[in-house]
Amino acid sequence: MVLVVLDHDGNKLRKGSLEALTRARALAEALGTRVAGVLLAEDKAPVEEARSYVETLYTATLGPYTAERWAAGVLAAAQEAGAQAVVAPSSRQSRTYLGRVAYALKAGLLEDTLESGVEGGAVVATRYAYLNRVTQRVRAPLPVVLTVKPNTTPLAEPLAAQGEVRPLEVPAVPTVEVLERLQEEKKGVSLTEADIVVTGGRGMGSPEAFRLVEELAALLGGAVGATRAVVDAGWRPYSEQVGQTGKTVQPSLYIALGVSGAVQHLAGMNKSKYIVAVNKDPEAPIFKHADYGIVGDVHQVVPALIEAVKKLKD
Amino acid sequence: MKFVAVIRQVPDGESRLKIQGGRVDLSGATLILDQMDEYAVEEALRLKEKHGGEAIVVGFGPERTEEAIRTALAMGCDRGVHVVYEGYADPVTVAEALADVVREEAPTLVLTGGQQADWDSQALGAALAEALGVPVVSWTTALELEGETAKAKHDLDEGAEWVRVRLPAVFTTQQGLNEPRYPTLPGIMKAKKKEIRKVAFTGTPKVEILEESIQEKARLQRILDGKDPVAAAEELVRLLHEEAKVL
Repeated sequence: MVLVVLDHDGNKLRKGSLEALTRARALAEALGTRVAGVLLAEDKAPVEEARSYVETLYTATLGPYTAERWAAGVLAAAQEAGAQAVVAPSSRQSRTYLGRVAYALKAGLLEDTLESGVEGGAVVATRYAYLNRVTQRVRAPLPVVLTVKPNTTPLAEPLAAQGEVRPLEVPAVPTVEVLERLQEEKKGVSLTEADIVVTGGRGMGSPEAFRLVEELAALLGGAVGATRAVVDAGWRPYSEQVGQTGKTVQPSLYIALGVSGAVQHLAGMNKSKYIVAVNKDPEAPIFKHADYGIVGDVHQVVPALIEAVKKLKD
Repeated sequence: MKFVAVIRQVPDGESRLKIQGGRVDLSGATLILDQMDEYAVEEALRLKEKHGGEAIVVGFGPERTEEAIRTALAMGCDRGVHVVYEGYADPVTVAEALADVVREEAPTLVLTGGQQADWDSQALGAALAEALGVPVVSWTTALELEGETAKAKHDLDEGAEWVRVRLPAVFTTQQGLNEPRYPTLPGIMKAKKKEIRKVAFTGTPKVEILEESIQEKARLQRILDGKDPVAAAEELVRLLHEEAKVL
């Protein structure tokens, strides 16, 4: 059996879950087996939606997320299903609890994969390494735990019939006690899944100037990103940081505004399909990595860009 | 008290990578203590300075990894353990290799970097926690000891949270937790005399690298002059719409 971990926001499945489903189905077909799903929830979960994608859906309500609880939930489902492979959307949280799961299953762990298949009974996948600069082809015999990089895989379609729901017995495990959850105000689409990312760098000049970054991102239906310098300066929250010590994104369009283009930043976005840069310094390294760019002052160019996009939309 | 920092040696992000025979060739690269692991070393030192005890650096990797262990010793760690393995080992295998060594130390807590700058893996801390049978707190940005427990702040995919955890536990570290110190000259001199215990690892990795390639995407480099911001912006939007077809 291939077990797919279905990530959700309490109301609906996240897009990454539908990508993981596509990969899980392909692996199951190549291995001559079937797909079961596991849906773990703090309190509520989109059970009806999830069961439309798998014949068997294991569910458990576990209370506040911790890596230990989620690992125990996935392990319980993997044991019930007799899973040879576990597939999940890639996120910071999944890459933590699946590290535990992989160790417990003595499985090869293939993180943040771009593609995956079966060759000679083993799972072969591609992924990035060396700060996103190198593409690796890796191979692991079964059992294997695999996470799917967002925006790499077509979304799965529902099945014809609703699957069977099987509640899981998940053993209590020693874990952390969650004292306080600090939710950030959610604005628009999630950074790692966004098809368009608009990032502001130190060149924006002030936290107030990020209003322009936000406006352009909202207009394009994209997400706002920030560089480390901007986050260190306290202008933007850490959750928006793109780069080696922040998030890695791979959108169709990445717009870097007032970003110089340090190696650490490039590591987080250098696989974007198209890169656009606006910077007043023509020597800024970001231009070497750009498909399109404007050498100019962001305070003049970005408002003009906003107007030009509005005009295009009309 | 014993504070263990688990480290690896990786190429500097600025160094040029070459491909030789379908694999990355690091012979010309500058190799450093992984910057994410520096936060782990720094936190172990700060905890020791505040609460007393010992800061121990545990490194995994080929012989050359000793340089990175010496860097941690020069920063102030008391002694090192080096689990020697030539070649690639995946994080689950590394966790297996380190578990016995770390368990022997019976540490108060264990720290390691949130993501490795060579394998781009985030799994070592979690796999090591599983191997040790203790909780893991990933992407830690604040850490305080409170007797038998620790209070920590860490990032989630969305937002952050404060947790309390019974020790021992594993913490993965990142930017924001602290500012790593530089090794001083006296520190470097002292580090030469500090003990590094060598342990050979003979296990079999679960993941094999078949091939590595560098695919630098050729960028279009169509850079416009922004002296007339409105004209440049309109031209850029036209190109993105008609040529790149992303708008």
